[in-house]
Amino acid sequence: MSIALIDYGAGNLHSVHNALVKAGARDVVLAADGEVVRRADRIVLPGVGAFRACRDGLYALPGVVEAMGEAVQARGVPFLGICVGMQLLADEGEEFGSHDGLGWVPGTVRLIEPADASIKVPHMGWNDVTPATPHPLIVPGEAYFLHSYHFAAKDPAHVLATTDHGGPIVAAVGRDTIVGVQFHPEKSQSYGLSFLSRFLEWRP
Amino acid sequence: MTVRVRVIPCLDVANGRVVKGVNFVDLADAGDPVEQARLYDSMGADELCFLDITASHEDRGTILDIVRRTAEVCFMPVTVGGGVRSAEDARALLLAGADKVAVNSAAVARPEVVADIADRFGSQCVVASVDARRVAEGRWEIFTHGGRRATGIDALEHATRLAQLGAGELLVTSMDGDGTKQGYDLALTRAIADAVSVPVIASGGVGTLDHLVEGVVQGHASAVLAASIFHFGQHTIAEAHQALSKAGIAVRHPISLQTL
Repeated sequence: MSIALIDYGAGNLHSVHNALVKAGARDVVLAADGEVVRRADRIVLPGVGAFRACRDGLYALPGVVEAMGEAVQARGVPFLGICVGMQLLADEGEEFGSHDGLGWVPGTVRLIEPADASIKVPHMGWNDVTPATPHPLIVPGEAYFLHSYHFAAKDPAHVLATTDHGGPIVAAVGRDTIVGVQFHPEKSQSYGLSFLSRFLEWRP
Repeated sequence: MTVRVRVIPCLDVANGRVVKGVNFVDLADAGDPVEQARLYDSMGADELCFLDITASHEDRGTILDIVRRTAEVCFMPVTVGGGVRSAEDARALLLAGADKVAVNSAAVARPEVVADIADRFGSQCVVASVDARRVAEGRWEIFTHGGRRATGIDALEHATRLAQLGAGELLVTSMDGDGTKQGYDLALTRAIADAVSVPVIASGGVGTLDHLVEGVVQGHASAVLAASIFHFGQHTIAEAHQALSKAGIAVRHPISLQTL
């Protein structure tokens, strides 16, 4: 089984690579062009930092966005977006101006603005993953979060899990063979590694 | 629940080996950094911090290699500080596998370095250090060079500025307390934590588990950093979590309840 790990210069690329291998992946290929994505049985989109910088990096890779769309829509390839890789699934992100996302999971990526001033932003640290919609990849537990923007989903049916940080925050979204997680499985010790194993074994 | 208070063991690294400076002067070797990192990962540390205390005058390659090898075997967030002077230094550490970089003296000389790194890699990966000493009642000043050199910069103003420039987190170290085991400077920690919207890590002076609790309850810190109480086997991470939990602070569940 070949796993395409999209390589557009995301800071957590190697950590995700290490964690996938630890979780049991044998064939992780760094993908910087459409051809590699077309041959993949699984696709993982990492991402840290700003929405726009990640978006621009991703769209600069020749044929990758098209190949990802084709793989997911025509072949039903399981797809995992992590942190900003998850946020890129939205229609748009509002970090440093409004920018289009992939639009695969309807929603907008907005700044976390807690009403209570003692709630710190970035949302940084271990917090609950509370399942919202039953899904084979999502189990309750504690995972590591590190973000200032959050995914506001248009359709509640696409929210697979939430967490709480001065109010509910989306922890995972998904539809069909697509899953995006706001937390960092590659930094969530045993919870994260078992999540990645489930993704590797997932037969949607 | 809410986001958990983090317990962060800090490994001071010199010449590729873990050391702990008592007041940053007397160094005692406490082992191999990658092995120690693995140990803390298996003990359920919430994060790990490497501080390269010789970075300013020695080969940068050593710490990059340690970070790379740590990232291969540890699956928790790792912050690396010491000798980070530019966005390029930060980039090298992040690519090696660090999740965050801590900017120390470079941000005193040129606070804009925090914005340089945040603009390129995001605020979430920039930890700005605030190394301060008390100079009068309710007033702290920024010190550099391991607490030896005064700068005349007000610590509270400096901290606020670093947060405005894009630091995602502040590492507040009392240079008076560091290595003394007398506890954090709680007034300093609280003054900064209450003034900024980003999380504050309390650092410097932990000698007991009660000190960790005080850092959160009285210092309003989001995370507590300590070194020697963990390194020399005085306490485990689980004991630290337990002490915090007993005081009503939200922490992670014991690692034994988690399964792979």
